Amino acid sequence: MIDDQERNGKKEIMEEFTVIGKRISKVDAVDKATGRALYIQDLKLPGMLYGRILYSKYPHAHIIRVGTEKAKALPGVITVLTGEDIPPVRLGFYKDNPLLKAGKVRSYRDEVAAVAATDPEIAREAISLIDVTYEALPAIFDPEEALKPEAPLVHEEHKTNLLKMPWSLHYGDVEAAKLDAVFNVSERFSTTWVTHCCMGTSGAIADFDHSNNLTVYTNTQIPSLAQKDFQETLKILGVKDKRVRVIKPCIGGGFGSKLDTYAYEHMAILLAWYARRPVKILFEREEEFIATSPRQPTVTYISMGCDKEGRLLYRDMSMVLDNGAYTSWGATTPSVMMMPITSLYRVPNVRYSAKCVYTNNTYSQAMRGYGNPQATFAIESAIDMLAEAAGIDRVEFRRINSNQPGDVTPQGLRITSCGLPECIEAVSKDLEFGRSRENGVGVGLASLIHVGGGARIYKSDGCGTIIKMDDYGKVDVFTGASDMGQGSDTIIAQIVAEELGVQVDDVHVFHQDTDICPWDVGAHASRTTFVAGNSALGAAKKIRLRLLAMASKATGVDEDKLVLRDRAFFVEGKPVLPIAKLLRGSHFTPRGEMMMADNFYDPPNENMGKDFRGNMSATYSFGTHGVRVKVDEATGKVEILDYIAAHDVGRAINPLLLDGQVHGGVLMGVGYALTEQVIMENGRNMNPDFRDYKVLTAMDAIHSKAVVIETIDDQGPFGAKGIGEPGCVPTAPAIANAIYDAIGVRIKDLPITPEKVLAAIKKKNGTVSCGIDAFTQKEQACE
Amino acid sequence: MSREIKFVLNGAQTCVAIEDDWNLLYLLREKLGLTGAKEGCGRGECGACTVIVDGLAVNSCLYFAVEIDGKEVLTIEGLAGADGTLHALQKSFVSNGGIQCGFCTPGMILSAKALLDENPQPTEADIKQALAGNLCRCTGYVQIIESVEAVVDKSSGDINAVVRETGDSD
Repeated sequence: MIDDQERNGKKEIMEEFTVIGKRISKVDAVDKATGRALYIQDLKLPGMLYGRILYSKYPHAHIIRVGTEKAKALPGVITVLTGEDIPPVRLGFYKDNPLLKAGKVRSYRDEVAAVAATDPEIAREAISLIDVTYEALPAIFDPEEALKPEAPLVHEEHKTNLLKMPWSLHYGDVEAAKLDAVFNVSERFSTTWVTHCCMGTSGAIADFDHSNNLTVYTNTQIPSLAQKDFQETLKILGVKDKRVRVIKPCIGGGFGSKLDTYAYEHMAILLAWYARRPVKILFEREEEFIATSPRQPTVTYISMGCDKEGRLLYRDMSMVLDNGAYTSWGATTPSVMMMPITSLYRVPNVRYSAKCVYTNNTYSQAMRGYGNPQATFAIESAIDMLAEAAGIDRVEFRRINSNQPGDVTPQGLRITSCGLPECIEAVSKDLEFGRSRENGVGVGLASLIHVGGGARIYKSDGCGTIIKMDDYGKVDVFTGASDMGQGSDTIIAQIVAEELGVQVDDVHVFHQDTDICPWDVGAHASRTTFVAGNSALGAAKKIRLRLLAMASKATGVDEDKLVLRDRAFFVEGKPVLPIAKLLRGSHFTPRGEMMMADNFYDPPNENMGKDFRGNMSATYSFGTHGVRVKVDEATGKVEILDYIAAHDVGRAINPLLLDGQVHGGVLMGVGYALTEQVIMENGRNMNPDFRDYKVLTAMDAIHSKAVVIETIDDQGPFGAKGIGEPGCVPTAPAIANAIYDAIGVRIKDLPITPEKVLAAIKKKNGTVSCGIDAFTQKEQACE
Repeated sequence: MSREIKFVLNGAQTCVAIEDDWNLLYLLREKLGLTGAKEGCGRGECGACTVIVDGLAVNSCLYFAVEIDGKEVLTIEGLAGADGTLHALQKSFVSNGGIQCGFCTPGMILSAKALLDENPQPTEADIKQALAGNLCRCTGYVQIIESVEAVVDKSSGDINAVVRETGDSD
């Protein structure tokens, strides 16, 4: 909680800055408000063809024959490709996903053929003219079933449906701790498929020049890694030593969906290669639902115990994750799940194992929080249950076990700045836990830990920046960061403007083009403000030092007496030399110089070792969400009355954008908790549209109270830590805990639909029937 | 079958040849080069293609182009003043954080404009209702609703006065 003294302290700090800490509008907002901003949807190249992909009609089948004669004969069709026509381009980190399938399909999403035509309608018709003969195979859709010996194999050559991944850790002695524990809980939780629902659908344009250099316009969160993936595809096509340029138009939302390269991007490259013309593939909404990778469902078994004072003694978790048919970054989410499992609250003995399982479902991918929402749902639901078992107030229980600055967790995470205790206080003070209230109303809370100082998933967690200043004192910043709407361009502009004593309007940030922007590992793990921000700050510091040296020489005033602000150098409060004049002079002087600097920042975090120990992030973000709900016991409908989201963000570089991240994260989390679900029936997505996939609307908007706790992190740029993902991490357990508080039923499976709540109420009340089934006209049992 | 239609587009008399099966979004984006209206779903579920026809916010992906013959169409490109001065709603969305990825923004702003033209002093519930057909995945709608509320002058019955005033200042 920010008390008055701290608030005053904060005010004093803010007064030192000209742009840091200010509610500055996003630098791209005017272009977006006037319709000028260009997305992949808006781009066309001369001579461009339109590509389209044919997907499988079966979740698991042999492909007997792909007949393309009719499609090829259609006027306007330039290229038709099948798995037999192309070299073996394979996607996924196991290289288990052929770009076009030959021999076998493993999910409805499998790409069987592709066309390029002069018009989208012709491409659509050509796809419908391709005859594919399949021989259906037995399929498997439940990951727990898929582990049984008799289950059909998704990849025969893999011998088992279990991915050979090492997700298992044990720190301390969980078995011994179980003997010591006075209170214990043991429970099963599950989460379901949800998907990103970026408002801008996926798309890419591939274009070769006459020397076979490739330009790909694409929505990606990983321009530098995408460049490498596309380079590999060129190699398989026999094209070596050519340039690959990745250009990012405005991205209509990311949320983790664009952390890998996908078939549509590589398909556009192949079609462009064979057609010798630029090719665009743009998803329609239904295709976006079906052929992009959702957050995977999990089944979690958790046991947790504490001593009689409520101190956590152990946490024992195992998980089964539905990976779907191919590998992507869904299969590695357990690496990040380990963070909350080992380190959310102080818990000395921890055991965790996870099984990622091939099924004939769509394959999974990162989504905001990267495993953390699934793990935290189980942990924070179980924390409430354990507190109740121990007879300790839920808020007090969390206070007792809260992480503290200076902690080193069993996994070796070094907790530096930590505002979790303040977050818990802010929520408890606001929501008045423990007071009597009306029937059907309850309060709940849940906390989170997340990486806030990068995440060393790859060998590098780095980001480059180049800064140049022109004759007029304007600043161009070339960053590796990817702004996909979250506002990194604005944050970087603020950091640079603050350091160089100019206005945000003076700074232009370029992030769109790998030909001019330096390397970066990607926009993931809430790392951009911290890593790209530190990278930009380092480059700006170099410029600043040079400016001061030059100004000292030009004015004859000692460097330490010069103050750089308001676009000029000041001596004792009086402007003596505008930056622009100094810079112009340097170009028109014998042995002149230009003002440029570069900086590569790779944070001081660690790869995890063989036992998964390692300080994966340079610092950690914390937060606590609290919610007051009203449950209609007649219908099972849950209404959110109040919501408070307190986050330790290090420093709020831009409170306007910070609030936006929190509000947006919270509503995405509420959707995860209450309404959202990709209904996967025997591998088929049954609700691939916004009518049936329940993204929340303005009618459902929650005026959440966003409380900012500033802990001014030593490592962060101006003290900031990452905040992109945390907003949606603890939402679901906070709501589940509030529902339990309201009506005494605990829902352990997401989403918490009215049907589930009603069934649980009836079960609790001993009612066997849950009403007449509309189809069978028979009484249906509860659960 | 193709035919010629005449309509007012962003204040200018416009005459174009169209095919009967074109929708308004296709005409705007593919034939008239106005790409501010976006296609998010193509079936009237997301609102990214919202434009204003004769004062009403419509999903242009579901609106046949033939139907705009003789009507007046406002797209996001026509909302700012001729001198480039942003409309009060545009300014408000910019300064109140109503924009993140921006894909929904043109449709969102035009839905808000249609609301304020019809009801200059909407309640929060009115605003939520008017924007219910415009999906946004980034903002949680909070700062969008605040952006609309910020241009509603509770003390004045004349929204146009407020819009003119805030539209002129910077």
